[in-house]
Amino acid sequence: MAGLKRKCDQCDKPATHHSVEIVKGQKIEKHLCEEHAIQEGLAIKAVQTPINKLLTNFVKQQSLPSPQPEWVCDQCGMTFTEFREHSLLGCPECYRAFEEPLAPLLERAHEGETQHLGKVPHRVGEGEQRQQHLLRMRKRLEEAVACEDYELAARLRDDIQRLEGQGQVR
Amino acid sequence: MTLRQITDHAGEWLRGVGPQSDTVISSRVRLARNLAGYPFVARASARQHHEVLDRCRAEVMGGRLGEGVLWVDLRESTPLDRQLLVERHLISRQHAGAGGALPRAVAIGADETFAIMVNEEDHLRIQSLRSGMQLDEAFNHVNRIDDLLEDRMEFAFSKRFGYLTACPTNVGTGIRVSVMMHLPALKLTGEIEKVRRAARDMHLAIRGLFGEGSEAMGDLYQVSNQTTLGKPEQEILSEFKHTVVPQIIAYEQQARRALLKQRQAQVDDKVWRAWATLTHAHVIDTEEVLAMLSHLRMGVNMGRIDTVDITTINELFLLAQPAHLQKLIGAEMDPTTRREARAKLIRQRLGQR
Repeated sequence: MAGLKRKCDQCDKPATHHSVEIVKGQKIEKHLCEEHAIQEGLAIKAVQTPINKLLTNFVKQQSLPSPQPEWVCDQCGMTFTEFREHSLLGCPECYRAFEEPLAPLLERAHEGETQHLGKVPHRVGEGEQRQQHLLRMRKRLEEAVACEDYELAARLRDDIQRLEGQGQVR
Repeated sequence: MTLRQITDHAGEWLRGVGPQSDTVISSRVRLARNLAGYPFVARASARQHHEVLDRCRAEVMGGRLGEGVLWVDLRESTPLDRQLLVERHLISRQHAGAGGALPRAVAIGADETFAIMVNEEDHLRIQSLRSGMQLDEAFNHVNRIDDLLEDRMEFAFSKRFGYLTACPTNVGTGIRVSVMMHLPALKLTGEIEKVRRAARDMHLAIRGLFGEGSEAMGDLYQVSNQTTLGKPEQEILSEFKHTVVPQIIAYEQQARRALLKQRQAQVDDKVWRAWATLTHAHVIDTEEVLAMLSHLRMGVNMGRIDTVDITTINELFLLAQPAHLQKLIGAEMDPTTRREARAKLIRQRLGQR
């Protein structure tokens, strides 16, 4: 079978691109190598990406709502990738930081619900902002203790106590 | 109260009384709570772990939750004591083991009707355990404890997501309603798989005796809710009280009736062989004991045997387990010695020599 490995119409390389067109009732066959096919506009110059890499990229794009930038909780430093590995969040503030990527997970876990219904602490109200503030101050306290700035630490502790006092309802 | 005092009798949840106690062993409700302004346990510093532990201890042991609350610091306790608490369902296996040096504790109510784990996956896991079908009592108890603690401590909460928990699968109400059921007939007839499938469709979890990943030893199954967000506590409780539990009970009763009608000799054979094994074995492991006790319990509830009462059977479910056995005998034993001691204890408790 001579035609098994057909050569390019324009050079001696094996033909890899084949086309059959009917123009004004005339059948025109073309057999071209990669290079000439590109010249003729039959092929486009593909970036040489291995198929498995293409697949991985595709899966990544599908499963993560958006791969970059990475979501980070600026309160505790946890990234969403870290959360996915351990399925535990770092601090209450993570719920706000990861609100967007967390939503589909919550829906799946809770029969489509993403809004709390049920018991509400009796001291709730202005609470959320203060809770956030407390978390921030405790983080600074940790840092102050870590670098042995005890003066700052003592001041922060007093501030925290005062702030917590405001949360008391009775 | 000390740990030693709680060893020689079954806990509240195994007393074997209470509504529907032939199928419903116990009712449990737990709430997950975290102190506001702190990172969750897995991300907190050692200093913060201690701070949370100290604050919780002060509140829990301050007398407002009643007298005689036992505080067990789990870092200082022996592995055997921790295993004992797991067997009594007062702490989780995770709380007993994994954390190692993590500062953590459990507070146990005088009558063991409540237990509060501190620094488990969340800062606080408040649970109440009752025998039989008593979900309202269990819920009212944890709810009251939650109110009392909340007077003095602020819990992480957002209007949108409710009580904030380390794992988003608990967020919202933070409630886990769980009913332990004895379902020997459904197991024998193979119908239990249908129950599992139906439960999955209703977003319920069915687990074994010791929760996640544990086998259903002794035909004991824990049925619990998975959804915690967007559904009020009362709605979840109501589903369990009026739909889930009654349906499973009806299913089990139906299977028992079918067994008696079509396989009476085989049922009696199973029940009496269980009795024979338990009263005559000289070497026996936990798993076999639980399997035999399950058949015996079924036999008593179906009126096929009256040589033993339910309370004794329920007690043995607990006392035959490794930590209880060793505590009761008062010595640490290797598995081989335990199998002999277990067989002897059971023969004695069942009135044989």
